Amino acid sequence: MTWDWEFAISVFPRILDAMWIALAATITAYILALVFGLFLTLARRSSFRPLALLTYGFIEFVRCTPPLVQLFFAFFALPTIGISLSPFVAGVTVLGIHYSTYISEVYRSGIDSVPKGQWEASTALNFSKAYTWVRVILPQAIPPVIPMLGNYLITMFKETPLLSAITVVEMLQTAKIIGSESFRYLEPFTIAGFLFLALSYPAAVLVRKLEDRMKLAYRK
Amino acid sequence: MKLEKAKGQIEQPVVSYKDVNKSFGDLEVLKKLNLDIAPSEKVALIGPSGSGKTTIIRLLMTLEQPTSGLIKVNGDPLWHKEVNGEMVPADDKHLRKIRNNIGMVFQQFNLFPHMSILENVTTGPVHVLGIPKKEAQERAVTMLEKVGLGDKLDNYPVQLSGGQQQRVAIARAVVMQPRVMLFDEVTSALDPELVGEVLAVIKELAKETDMAMILVTHEMDFAYDVADRVVFLHNGQIEEAGSPKELFNKPKSARLKSFLSRFHSSSNEKIAM
Repeated sequence: MTWDWEFAISVFPRILDAMWIALAATITAYILALVFGLFLTLARRSSFRPLALLTYGFIEFVRCTPPLVQLFFAFFALPTIGISLSPFVAGVTVLGIHYSTYISEVYRSGIDSVPKGQWEASTALNFSKAYTWVRVILPQAIPPVIPMLGNYLITMFKETPLLSAITVVEMLQTAKIIGSESFRYLEPFTIAGFLFLALSYPAAVLVRKLEDRMKLAYRK
Repeated sequence: MKLEKAKGQIEQPVVSYKDVNKSFGDLEVLKKLNLDIAPSEKVALIGPSGSGKTTIIRLLMTLEQPTSGLIKVNGDPLWHKEVNGEMVPADDKHLRKIRNNIGMVFQQFNLFPHMSILENVTTGPVHVLGIPKKEAQERAVTMLEKVGLGDKLDNYPVQLSGGQQQRVAIARAVVMQPRVMLFDEVTSALDPELVGEVLAVIKELAKETDMAMILVTHEMDFAYDVADRVVFLHNGQIEEAGSPKELFNKPKSARLKSFLSRFHSSSNEKIAM
């Protein structure tokens, strides 16, 4: 089987369309992971012990079960107890929550790297807890971990083919459908792979640029 | 009669430690500490490292919790509050109320690196005291001019020398107008040539303010000049206390004598004067 340019060009738009679905799923899941991850980080540090322990248990549980099992659970098992989600919503929610546990670790490392003196100065100035977090700790904890956060965006994008397992028609699924229709697999899978590369690589470069800019802004 | 009563009120200590113990694990850092600070009194805490002097002010700033004993600020218990005549552990609200009376300058400055100098000094008054931003900025500028940094408003801490950073930290604490200011070895992290400028700012401040000050310091000259009372600590206990003249010129205990002998040269000259 040799490469057929004509066929490749003819199926390219279909895979490109599917790319938008993959992108939309990635970005939505990523935002969910960023927000929920921060919630997990703060809840785990709560002085209210039951909440901290519950959060710890939740994080370990989610991290120690495969995302595919979680996807199947959300899509196939939840409807039996009356919660039915569309493939896209189920996929985005599961992916977002799964990665929120990793992102919560990233936040934690950022927060731990803020010197103790910053907490003490906030106490000495009698700041409220909320103000200390929002104005003192997080502005120092987040910039150093932005590259790590960016890497998770790229990782999540590359994980979107998982969603094909619950019938979300993203790039890989589309390529597979095209393959089974035409019995030509080389072009659609190559195009899908190329599109992943075409997006992931510039994103990685962008993350690096952002890292440099954050460093500059910090030293202004 | 009325006068006496008024006097009695003045005499009420702004800070009092009663039988305060503090241990870190097996290590007893403070043993049954009893110490009263009068309003506007300037007290220097001296002593070898590990004698507990920094712990005394960290307890007051609520950065550490006493193992037992009672600390009062303006007559209110710090780590406890009274509910129906019973002492219960203080909650965050109570701590924040009491903490309003206390300010602190740290050895390592602890400025907020992501805020400009002006923001560092403005954020407390705006957020904690609820002063309108414009007024808070005016106050901050006045304060920064006083410590000689009126031209650094838009700079960031990293662009300043250690001495300048520490002066900003002093401005940041003083602008909150606490009743008690705590200074924790504020020149120990500085290069020797920068120590003078920071001490000069504190001396100036001590002269004109009616805030009480507790200064933990290794600078004996400075303690001699600024303090109304010097307290010498050894192994978590007050070994000797008195006016700077008494303490530096006629030390009674052998431990204080031996401690002071380590600070010969300039301090001795001063004391001889």
